[in-house]
Amino acid sequence: MKTESYTVIGKSVPRVDMPDKAFGRTKYTNDVTIPGVLHAKLHTSTRAHAVIKSINLAKAWEVPGVRAILTGDAFPFPVGPMLADRPPLAVNKVRYCGEPIAVVVADNIHQAKKAATLIDVEYEDLPVVNSPAEAMKSNAQLIHENLSNYKVQVKGVYPTPNTNIANLTKIRKGNMQTGWEASDITIESRVSFTPADHAALETRCARVEILSNGRVMVYSSTQGPFYVRKLLSEFFHIDAGMISVQTPLVGGAFGGKGTVQLEFIAYLASRAVGGKMVKIENSREEDLIMSPVHIGLDASVKLGATKDGKLKAAEIKFLFDSGAYSDTGAGISKAAASDCTGPYAIENVHCDSYCVYTNHPYATSFRGFGHPELTFAVEKAMDKLAARLQVDPFELRLLNAIGPGDTTPTQVNLNASNIGDVSSCLTKIRNLIGWNPNKNVQTTRDGKIRTKGISCFWKTSSTPPNATAGAVLTFNTDGSINLNCAAVELGQGTKTVLGQILAEKLKMDTKDIHVTLEVNTQYDPHQWKTVASSTTMIAGRAVLAAAEDAIKQLKNVGSTVLKSSPEDLDIAKGRIFLKDSPEYGVKITDVAVGYKYPNGNTVGGLVVGNGSYNVRHLTPLDPETGFGKPGPQWGVGAQAVEVEYNPKDYTYKIVKAATVLDAGKVINPQAAIGQMRGGMYLGLSWATRESFTFDDKGIVLNPQLRTYDILRASETPEYLVDFVETPLVDGPYGARGMGEYGVIGMAGALANSLSAACAADLNQLPLTPELIWKLVEGKGDVQ
Amino acid sequence: MIQNMQAGQLISLAINDQVKEAYVRNSDTLLYTLREQFGLVGAKPGCNNGDCGSCTVLVDGIPINSCHILSVEAVGHKITTIEGLTDSTIQQAFIGNWAIQCGYCTPGYILNIYALIQTYPDADDAMINEWLESNICRCTGYQEIKEAVKNTLIARKINE
Amino acid sequence: MIPIDFEYYRPSTIIKAVQLYQDLTGNQKQTIFYGGGTEIISRARMNEISPNAVIDLKNIPECNVLKKDTETITIGATVSLTQIADSAVFPLLTNVARSIAFRTARNKITIGGNLTGDIIYREALLPFLLTESEAVIAGREGTRQVVISGNGIKLNEGEFIVQLVTNNKFAQYRHINHKTTKQSKVNYPIVSIASILVDDQIRVAFSGVCAYPFRLNQIEEALNDVTNSPGKRIQAAIDLLPAPILHDAQASSEYREFVLKQALQQLLDNFEGVS
Ligand SMILES: Cc1cc2nc3c(=O)[nH]c(=O)nc-3n(C[C@H](O)[C@H](O)[C@H](O)COP(=O)(O)OP(=O)(O)OC[C@H]3O[C@@H](n4cnc5c(N)ncnc54)[C@H](O)[C@@H]3O)c2cc1C
Ligand code: FES
Ligand code: FES
Repeated sequence: MKTESYTVIGKSVPRVDMPDKAFGRTKYTNDVTIPGVLHAKLHTSTRAHAVIKSINLAKAWEVPGVRAILTGDAFPFPVGPMLADRPPLAVNKVRYCGEPIAVVVADNIHQAKKAATLIDVEYEDLPVVNSPAEAMKSNAQLIHENLSNYKVQVKGVYPTPNTNIANLTKIRKGNMQTGWEASDITIESRVSFTPADHAALETRCARVEILSNGRVMVYSSTQGPFYVRKLLSEFFHIDAGMISVQTPLVGGAFGGKGTVQLEFIAYLASRAVGGKMVKIENSREEDLIMSPVHIGLDASVKLGATKDGKLKAAEIKFLFDSGAYSDTGAGISKAAASDCTGPYAIENVHCDSYCVYTNHPYATSFRGFGHPELTFAVEKAMDKLAARLQVDPFELRLLNAIGPGDTTPTQVNLNASNIGDVSSCLTKIRNLIGWNPNKNVQTTRDGKIRTKGISCFWKTSSTPPNATAGAVLTFNTDGSINLNCAAVELGQGTKTVLGQILAEKLKMDTKDIHVTLEVNTQYDPHQWKTVASSTTMIAGRAVLAAAEDAIKQLKNVGSTVLKSSPEDLDIAKGRIFLKDSPEYGVKITDVAVGYKYPNGNTVGGLVVGNGSYNVRHLTPLDPETGFGKPGPQWGVGAQAVEVEYNPKDYTYKIVKAATVLDAGKVINPQAAIGQMRGGMYLGLSWATRESFTFDDKGIVLNPQLRTYDILRASETPEYLVDFVETPLVDGPYGARGMGEYGVIGMAGALANSLSAACAADLNQLPLTPELIWKLVEGKGDVQ
Repeated sequence: MIQNMQAGQLISLAINDQVKEAYVRNSDTLLYTLREQFGLVGAKPGCNNGDCGSCTVLVDGIPINSCHILSVEAVGHKITTIEGLTDSTIQQAFIGNWAIQCGYCTPGYILNIYALIQTYPDADDAMINEWLESNICRCTGYQEIKEAVKNTLIARKINE
Repeated sequence: MIPIDFEYYRPSTIIKAVQLYQDLTGNQKQTIFYGGGTEIISRARMNEISPNAVIDLKNIPECNVLKKDTETITIGATVSLTQIADSAVFPLLTNVARSIAFRTARNKITIGGNLTGDIIYREALLPFLLTESEAVIAGREGTRQVVISGNGIKLNEGEFIVQLVTNNKFAQYRHINHKTTKQSKVNYPIVSIASILVDDQIRVAFSGVCAYPFRLNQIEEALNDVTNSPGKRIQAAIDLLPAPILHDAQASSEYREFVLKQALQQLLDNFEGVS
């Protein structure tokens, strides 16, 4: 299996976007200054749940330079990616602290801001729903009175009218009674955490201009330029062809830029000023709470196992805190249900996964799409079970590792290709972290306790059943190739990896491949979004298809020139040549733009390679049982964290963090390692310190980076990374996705490690010393 | 119409060894002026609150968050932005060590580290950490950035 | 982006600064002194303050002094926390300064701004409270010099801090400081204490515990009462706190109290060997 001899695949080709970034030359969306552009600033809610009694704009209008002020009635219709439940500007009531109520458009940003501050809103407070558990109570305050009237945008979303439930996904696999009867031991575990944020360093930003011919020009820092176009077209009834969305490089996203928010507001604002270009950029405070956040969760997991540790039954309940609006929360709750057991083979599974409305900022996708969250719940439960069984947590996971021949919770049959090798990842992580069940808890000379914890994860991509990507290749006169595709470069190295896939296929040097970094929906072939670790697969396959198309055309012309049949030809190093006598050939440069005979006659035309790829055979989940196929393949891995815990003051240091991922095929090792480290960092930062603190009125107390804590360079662990390569048969060169995976198991591994160190059930996040103190000292119910 | 003559003024700033003039509001931050008036957009507005370091520039060689200094306050000082740091080995080290992902933190980080290396060519790990914790990188996990710093320090010593 | 406009002045002498203040306020302009500006810029951006004029003190030579002679340590009000942290003139202050924010922020934050800011922590005040230091204050009536005690420096309308003066001898004494944060060490303090041992007597000042920094004689008496067990002394000290223990997003009051006890225990452990 490892005998393939690639020249470019598997090499750490330097990322093409690095040099410009190092010299400060890269232009992000907000780095363009346009004379005459108008500036938009929001007035946002200071209440978490309240009726808007009145909005007084008089003082705001007095500010010089103000050109328009819009409130909810400018477009009093709900929008949203899965369930249309959110007006772009609040209508009649506000549902979270930070919700946009009005937008001011002015000549200068300071004028817009001054005017926005002068808007006076009179509220009448409503009872605040401050947690998903509260939201689920039978007498709970309703956040959306008209839930039954909302339009479902994506099949498979099931809101429950007259409740706070935006979606429920049910998994019913096997027979629970059989499962519990076969179990000698059952354990129950509950975990919870409030919403946090993506906090990409570049705050979200959009510009919109409506040209006199009606064309809508959008410039946005988004992970989904085509998605922006789709939603703008749907909700504002604009022909998709009349919308052009441009996205340069994006300054970090982590899922937070995969949905559409500012673009709607900027469009309405531009429309209100006769189509002039309007720019809206989030302040950090707005980006943290006004724009969508990282979802919260309250989860209960009940596991049953034989006394040998074989899992027999799992009953799981997820209450996802989607905040005031469902956005992709509905999809997250579904994705979490699909993979609810973690990578373990369990025949009897019952899961109710709810997407619940609360009066918190609304959530959208976060790197891992429900999996870092579900994995924390499941991996905590696995360690609890191991403790009850008195077995090594590592062995328990190995014994139950899911693999070919097993079925997933949604009853997909697994085979040697569509799932990675969980057991190999586990075995490798054991060595990487130095796991030894007898020595995992050690006391240092100064009284600190060193412990290790592990976790295991899996994830399928949960793309829509028709997720697609395309690629177009054009040739330059020097023989180099332009690769056009709509994957967005977020720093994950997508463009470089796609270039490598192309270079390998055409047997050429990566330096002769020019991947366009910016995306423009007007010129680039359609791509769903750059999310879900799906780009290498979907766009990678599109690139391969485009390369094949180009090869076919080149060989066709080449066969005429070389007087042979196309089948006898091969292509490498910029030449088309006879397989059996490679010295006899023609340069691609001479063919790609049409071959010219010495007498001036020309054969062939421009070679333009086209390719596309669609995910295949996905099926929606059955509403009663969850039966269905949510994704093409499952990426798997194992992670471990070593901590040094100080029992005196409940502080700790993360010493090591390790990941072994089944990557299918590592296309660019250094980029892959970077993705894993970055993922671990994000997971650890979240699990150790990130969350929003709410007061009892649902007000966010830390909407700033000063108080929204983020892991800094001085407190990072040593990262260890390794890979397993179990090829995905239809992945490009066997590759599976990898972008999200590093983050998934970190919270679980950290919590397991720390729980072992302090001998308490650390079932909440973030794991601050105060929380540990509370749980260890039993200081009341912190739930 | 200028309502308040005192709200703004014409200033000259010494940026990247050039003297640049602009009319600014007194309440404009240097970050805003650099980006909006001079097109020096390498300094990034990550928070506008002095918390993230993405707007770091050098003022008389010292790293300063340009969102936390007024443009008028910078008059009389020597300002260096990423655009003015043309032949710094730290940039090569960032590329060579893959210390860049989305790149949004990169210019601020590079200026900070450049100053560190200029000020303390013998910086030890503790010193490196003290300087590096001024900036947030949301993508890399910091390991590659630390390696870039260390390798640059080592290379400097060898070259001496 | 600061939405409001203000006038900006950078006088080069104390007298000019005082005069400017008088003139501006005489013209009904709300005027504030400007040190590092880190608090002013942020608060103005968030519409929390809206001065009509700011007077930047950084061009006043007296405000930029950082020196130690045979008698005294003199620190100008616009000296940055980094300059202080990098100099060894006042070791306890060096350590406290280094624990505030992170280096790039400290490059801009001035000692005068930290001592007078609206922020409830004002941690750099602690070493001055412990050492009978004096503040040189300029105002309409000329300059005056006051001992820094209790909760800090009280300025009258139109006054600003020029310098901080500390007796040299304090640089020699044993001292410790201790800052606990919610998690990252760049965070605001949950509890920050600074302590110095003078003639075998512990002096201690607190930040983060209550809504303002303070030093209190009774607390020190309780802590120095060696007839009691350390546990009792610490409890007595806590019972004497001048205000309720803070309860906010950084920490609950219960946890703060726990951290405070630990910090005091550490302090006693550290100094116990001496007496
Ligand atoms: C990221 C970050 C983290 C921080 N963490 C902490 C922390 O943990 N603990 C802590 O204590 N501080 C902390 N601070 C510092 C604090 O929040 C203030 O920003 C700082 O103390 C203000 O100092 P400045 O010199 O910038 O003051 P300025 O913003 O210039 O002024 C602040 C106030 O002081 C007045 N003032 C300034 N100088 C004088 C003077 N010489 N005489 C009279 N009045 C004057 C001003 O009029 C103004 O009211 C942090 C700051 C940042 C940016
Ligand atoms: S933008 Fe200046 S520190 Fe964040
Ligand atoms: S590379 Fe994205 S923030 Fe550092």
